[in-house]
Amino acid sequence: MAIPKTIGVETEYGILIRGTDESNPIAASSLLINAYLNADREGPAPRVGWDFEDESPGMDQRGFAPVGSMPPEVETHLVNAVLTNGARYYVDHAHPEISTPECTNAHDVVLFDRAAELIAIKSMIAADQVLPDEQSLVVYKNNSDGKGNSYGCHENYLVDRQTPFSDIVTHATAHFITRQIFTGSGKVGVEAPGLTSDEVPFQVTQRADFFEEEVGLETTLKRPIINTRDEPHADAQKYRRLHVIVGDANMSQVSTYLKVGTTAIILALIEDDFLPRQFVFDAPVRAMREVSYDLTVAEPLPMADGTRMSALEVQWEFLEQSRKYVEERGTEHVGGDVAVDVLDRWEHVLGALEDDPMQLADQLDWVAKYRLLQSFKERHGVNWDDAKLRALDIQYHDLRPYKCLFNKLDVATIVDDADATVAMLSPPDDTRAYFRGECLKRWPEQIVAANWDSMVFDIGDEPLRRVPMMEPTRGTRAHVGNLLEECDEAAELLEKLGN
Amino acid sequence: MAEREQKKRPTPRESQEQIDETPAASEEGEKLKSELDDLLDEIDEVLETNAEDFVKSYIQKGGQ
Repeated sequence: MAIPKTIGVETEYGILIRGTDESNPIAASSLLINAYLNADREGPAPRVGWDFEDESPGMDQRGFAPVGSMPPEVETHLVNAVLTNGARYYVDHAHPEISTPECTNAHDVVLFDRAAELIAIKSMIAADQVLPDEQSLVVYKNNSDGKGNSYGCHENYLVDRQTPFSDIVTHATAHFITRQIFTGSGKVGVEAPGLTSDEVPFQVTQRADFFEEEVGLETTLKRPIINTRDEPHADAQKYRRLHVIVGDANMSQVSTYLKVGTTAIILALIEDDFLPRQFVFDAPVRAMREVSYDLTVAEPLPMADGTRMSALEVQWEFLEQSRKYVEERGTEHVGGDVAVDVLDRWEHVLGALEDDPMQLADQLDWVAKYRLLQSFKERHGVNWDDAKLRALDIQYHDLRPYKCLFNKLDVATIVDDADATVAMLSPPDDTRAYFRGECLKRWPEQIVAANWDSMVFDIGDEPLRRVPMMEPTRGTRAHVGNLLEECDEAAELLEKLGN
Repeated sequence: MAEREQKKRPTPRESQEQIDETPAASEEGEKLKSELDDLLDEIDEVLETNAEDFVKSYIQKGGQ
């Protein structure tokens, strides 16, 4: 049975240290985050650390940890902060990473993803003030350095534990392969082994080159299309968290909106066993790349049943079924009214992709970037392997507003920056992130640690108190707004919670 | 929509060239082109000065 979707996105940003030959991205990322945390304050900010009590990234959805698989390390010694908007800001694998708070719909995910960009921008400005004059830190929202090194933008969706994982594998794989036609951020050249940029001068996605398996636990090597990490950060009897690692980090809000919005809907269709047929690609890993290398998005690919289908055809069918689902069952489990808008934009984008993808230069990242690079290429008479085009590609994702090429392209937005500025500090109303963020706003000195599913309070002489939050849709403004207003002290809150 | 009519099925290489050569013939296309021209002027100003060095220096550690 479909459950309301709780959704979050985690983005690992690229980081560059300019003005010095020394390169220590871990130290640079720590400096960036500390500078943000200490900005606008006299003296260091109260530090609310991350609580690793319940982290188990080695647990596998399939109920076992395969021999030789390597679960990601948990790096406790690095900066790891929880923000008043309910987000997590930390150093992960030599990158600064921001995880949005839990949201209930694609609109709010875009809002908090934009808030995360604004946090990164403010961090760069704050870092410049503590660095020597000639040095600066620059943050990039992309997924590849063009030299074979990739870093991720992961999505997380809460799904019903009762849904057979094999159903998720089958249908979600088809969606992940084919949704690339609107989720791609575009990339000059190719990083998959055995191919040259003569063969693939430009491709739809940043990430497709880095996937080598269909299903698996890894996230840093031999990356799988379906990641099996089984760590729900919620009641494990009731929920799974589907950890999606195939997506690109998008500059375009429309791309993020469709990426998250369509995936939330498809997952509800899977939970309710609503899809009448399966789309099984003959070679899924190859299909990921073929779709990414096909700028027409119309190339038919071999299916396991011997037929051929294009990414666009599969997406049309997913859209048709999604419309039918919403007509019959409503939007309760797929993001409310936002889902209706997602369906309309999805249809518009598929129609334009079918007609002429270049019509979407003001909507989708890969098209916006392609048109820009193509125009530059013509004006300067350069080839696709020219360093200038690669530089433009990277600079498209430069988050410094005056250097960011994406900013200059007038691409459509979903949210206002004024709202995103508020969302830098304030949590969403309708998930447990509300409770986390509001407690951190009110009593930062009395919260020693927090994580997705609990908070640890220190209220003086007594032992530390842990408040569990195993239900992601509880702890909302509707549930605890009045309670928080009534409490002057954290001790009072704990007493009223009966903790 | 499984029976949706198949468009011409070009190979990726051909298709890329087709897109490359699409002329901006219509009025809207002309307007777009002039906007792009302004944009390219602006971009020439903000583009990293030594593209080759910049691209070489952009090295990241692998992440997730």
